[in-house]
Amino acid sequence: MLETMFARPQGIFDQLDAMHRLLSRSLGVEGSPGTIRSVAQGAFPEINVGRTAKSLEVFVFAPGLDAKSIDVVVERNVLKVSGGRTSGIPRSDNNVQLYANERPEGKFVRAVSLPDDADTARVEANYKDGILRVSIGLVEPAQPKRIAVK
Amino acid sequence: MSDRNEIANKTNDSGATANTNAGNNANARPIAPAVDIFEDAAGITLLADMPGVSRDSLDVRLDGDALAVEGRVELQLPEDMRAVWAEVQAPRFRRVFTLSRELDAGRIEANLKDGVLQLRIPKQAQAQARRIEVRAA
Repeated sequence: MLETMFARPQGIFDQLDAMHRLLSRSLGVEGSPGTIRSVAQGAFPEINVGRTAKSLEVFVFAPGLDAKSIDVVVERNVLKVSGGRTSGIPRSDNNVQLYANERPEGKFVRAVSLPDDADTARVEANYKDGILRVSIGLVEPAQPKRIAVK
Repeated sequence: MSDRNEIANKTNDSGATANTNAGNNANARPIAPAVDIFEDAAGITLLADMPGVSRDSLDVRLDGDALAVEGRVELQLPEDMRAVWAEVQAPRFRRVFTLSRELDAGRIEANLKDGVLQLRIPKQAQAQARRIEVRAA
């Protein structure tokens, strides 16, 4: 019963955890510096990028969006993903008490600079279970060509 | 609630093998999903961000008064893929909450849509607030 007597919107451990997350995020993966476009505070949504021989795979962890409202744009070798979401909290209801509000809400934009060998004409985007997956084709690496000296 | 969450994560940690390979994060410490929790007269609603978790890989478990929410991120990855950038560093979500006694754990409803889990935990009928009439003497 004690828990319900004292409303603790955010416990101290939650705050420490959030701070730690923020710090490790702004520093990039394992302390390496982040890129210029990824330093946004507590960036939402989070992004993972993988590379295969044929494509670049960008995973945007954006739960709770309407697939139609997500905007994916490639411009000058920069991939931009934008959208927005509203929280499900009934704020207008005075009888509702809020205990935790960690989920980001509102509009967002995130950008990823693409490598030089990205083929911006071959981009596919797919939204499933809260992850937006963008596949960008890669152009075949140019084979070194020997020029005969006459 | 948060204290419990810490303890739960720690016990879980000691059981897991140390993860040294950055490319294989299957044993990495699970991510605590971000949550919204609010209460109305009839019960508590919990929303949790669990992107990549499908109905099959979601596990909501009640052990005594501990409600554990767990899910595996399901992604079909090409075999030759290597990570270039990773902000999400574990393919698993896990968070434990302690329920108080006035909640009716037997009637919890779970709903998963687009990576957002919604749990509705109703209050026991007798625990719902009722107004007490004050009579004039």
